[in-house]
Amino acid sequence: MVLSLKRGCLLGLLCFTIFAFLGAGDEDARFSTVGHKMMCVCGCNQVLLECNHVGCRYSDRMRGELSSALSRAESDDLVLQSFVQEYGPTVLIAPTNAGFNRVAWIMPYLALVLGLTTVVLVVRAWKLRPLRAHAGAVAPVTGVEFERFREQARKETEV
Amino acid sequence: MAQIGSFALLLALALSAYSFVAGLLALLRADGRAERLGETARRAGIAAFGVVFLAAVVLVIAAFQDDFSIAYIFHHSNRDLPAPYKFATLWSGQEGSLLFWSLLLSAYGLVLRLRHKTDSRLFAHASVIIAAVQVFFLLLLNFAAHPFAIMQGSLPEDGNGLNPLLQYPEMVIHPPMLYLGYVGFTVPFAFALSALVMRYPGEKWIHITRRWTMVTWGFLTCGVFLGAHWAYSVLGWGGYWGWDPVENASLLPWLTGTAFLHSVMMQEKRGMLKVWNMWLIFATFMLSIFGTFLTRSGVVSSVHAFAQSSIGTWFVVFLTIIFLVCGVFYVMNREHLRSEHKLESLVSRESSFLFNNLLFLVACFAVLWGTLFPILSEWVQGHKITVGPPFFNRVMIPVALLLLLLTAVGPLLCWRKTSIESLKRNFLWPSLGALAIALFLMVTPVSWGPPFAMRPWREISSLYSLMAIALSALVAFTVISEFIRGGRVISHHTGQNLVASMIRLAHRNTRRYGGYIVHFGVIVIIIGFAGAAFNQDREKEMGFGDKMMIGPYTLVCRSYTQEDKPNYGSEWAIIDVFKGDRQIDTLYPERRFFKASQQMNTRPTIHSTANEDLYLVYEGQNEDSGRPIIKAHLNPLVMWIWVGVWIMIAGTVIALIPNAAAAVRVPAPVRVQAEPVGAGD
Repeated sequence: MVLSLKRGCLLGLLCFTIFAFLGAGDEDARFSTVGHKMMCVCGCNQVLLECNHVGCRYSDRMRGELSSALSRAESDDLVLQSFVQEYGPTVLIAPTNAGFNRVAWIMPYLALVLGLTTVVLVVRAWKLRPLRAHAGAVAPVTGVEFERFREQARKETEV
Repeated sequence: MAQIGSFALLLALALSAYSFVAGLLALLRADGRAERLGETARRAGIAAFGVVFLAAVVLVIAAFQDDFSIAYIFHHSNRDLPAPYKFATLWSGQEGSLLFWSLLLSAYGLVLRLRHKTDSRLFAHASVIIAAVQVFFLLLLNFAAHPFAIMQGSLPEDGNGLNPLLQYPEMVIHPPMLYLGYVGFTVPFAFALSALVMRYPGEKWIHITRRWTMVTWGFLTCGVFLGAHWAYSVLGWGGYWGWDPVENASLLPWLTGTAFLHSVMMQEKRGMLKVWNMWLIFATFMLSIFGTFLTRSGVVSSVHAFAQSSIGTWFVVFLTIIFLVCGVFYVMNREHLRSEHKLESLVSRESSFLFNNLLFLVACFAVLWGTLFPILSEWVQGHKITVGPPFFNRVMIPVALLLLLLTAVGPLLCWRKTSIESLKRNFLWPSLGALAIALFLMVTPVSWGPPFAMRPWREISSLYSLMAIALSALVAFTVISEFIRGGRVISHHTGQNLVASMIRLAHRNTRRYGGYIVHFGVIVIIIGFAGAAFNQDREKEMGFGDKMMIGPYTLVCRSYTQEDKPNYGSEWAIIDVFKGDRQIDTLYPERRFFKASQQMNTRPTIHSTANEDLYLVYEGQNEDSGRPIIKAHLNPLVMWIWVGVWIMIAGTVIALIPNAAAAVRVPAPVRVQAEPVGAGD
């Protein structure tokens, strides 16, 4: 009985340790994920976790703030919001998906869809255009014109 | 020295202005004196090269002589700066780089004016346009960004030195390459506008323009990737492309230039897309100027902040003038640009070029949009926002994958119309091969490491990487099958072996097969990009004998030390690299303190293999223990990017070689007087 209690305690300790480490790993992953959603505000134009400016006044402090905010178990969105309030909207690495910023995301895809539609419509319209009817009989091709057709055929078949 | 330089710049302005005005008058006049006047304009343009060259030489000599009475030399050089960087002072700051731009433009103008006999009328028009662009840059140099401005007050003992980020060997060649690309697009622009102005008959101008564009595009490609390599080797964040506004600025004309190099084939072969091609060249040139504006004006924040100033207004005015001139001549002469043929099928080479152009243009728009959105946001919302790498990656990767698919499909489509049977025949084996590679990458065990063991169902980056590699394989197979198919035909006729036949094939149509080699280079680069999905990094404070594990490598700190050199002091660590039990390398990550500019700078060190790069950065020292903090990045497949660039350059050079005459010419059939075929009754 004593032995099994001891085993149970050891098992409990093992589980606690595993979960504690899992939690630590999870926090590291969150630190990396959230840290890669922000810019360093020193003007280096680099991602917060990639700013390697020697003596940068901001990145170390910001990383410290991020670490403590995550350890307070705040949600990712809440952490990002607090950074926006402290450093301004330029701290976020990409436009949010809200309000006017949504336009930033929509426009390139809209351009792609509109462009594709236009090209398909243009090609179809050209394709459906009827060929010009030949008036009367077709005259035989000779001389310079014949050479021009040969050259055209050569260009189009890349021989 | 400064007086000689200043005088040379003024003289260059006068000569260029004369070349422009006299050239224009000669084109407008129809009497016998017009030719002589035009000749004087041409010679003035040639002389302008000599004078701008003199100004550039004077600036370089001033840098070597440590002439700090010239403000530019004071701000961008110092006594202990190594000789190659003193030479690079010419393009290290704004005034110098504008002078360098002017020098390259006059050099391009020189070549064009010396080759005027190719088509004297067309070249005379182009010469006038180049002279006009030259006048703009010389006005800037003389009145807004003078490189020979004199220091006020007492002469300083030493200069401020060159920006530490620029003190790297590649910086001696990266800006010249980029500028050769940027400036070079002036020549195709000049020919295109000339052809439009004079309603040039035939397609000769487009042949001339295409060759110039290809040369320029080659330089720009080199410049862009040298910049990427510089960022990778110097900036120390472990990446090569950060979607910085100035990086984007170099990509914009590259994208439209690439689109033009494809769509121009439609004009040459089918007489189509004339308006489109004309505006693509105009847009490419305007984007080159816009890129310079973006770099110089400071309208968007960038890591290239060292180049900012207030000359943006000049560029805005110049861009407006260019746009108006192009627009006016287009409206006046648009009838001249009517297509000779129409598209006949959605499944044809023509439509693949259309889609290709669409995707390049969408990519260009997305990059431009993302770069300028912070300014738009400031106007609309009252505050700037950041548009960083996640935005560009998310928008550009799908477009790039579609382009990759077209790269595989396009070359196998026929002009005018392709049958479904032909498509099946050409694509069956390449598609099966690409599918097999994708499956292989998905089922390989995790222990094999990147780029194997891809699990696309787990994360989107892995899915993109898998798609990129599979599509690259598809392109590779189609390119190889094209070479083999063509090679077999020649081999059958000549009896040569397949390899010799393929070489002969490429020589007979250098442009087509050079283009395929460029495509092959692109896919090698794409495979390199795909590796980024599997990047890892670790950071650790490392004392004597401390170890750090990353991927298959074990890093052991052997020592750390300091050194003092005339130009800079440095701290560095000595890191032994082990793979398993075997030591494979010793790396020296370093941090430098540049004395003249009083700036710190890290120097990463890289152990590069085909599989991955081990990239070490000396992050700094722990202030308490004095031990170095080392950051290690493991970046798979990066070497493929640089290899791919070399392949692209080789392909471009091959495409520029004139075609060998075909050994066997198909004889013209004997003409018979055939009965006309009626339309039936």
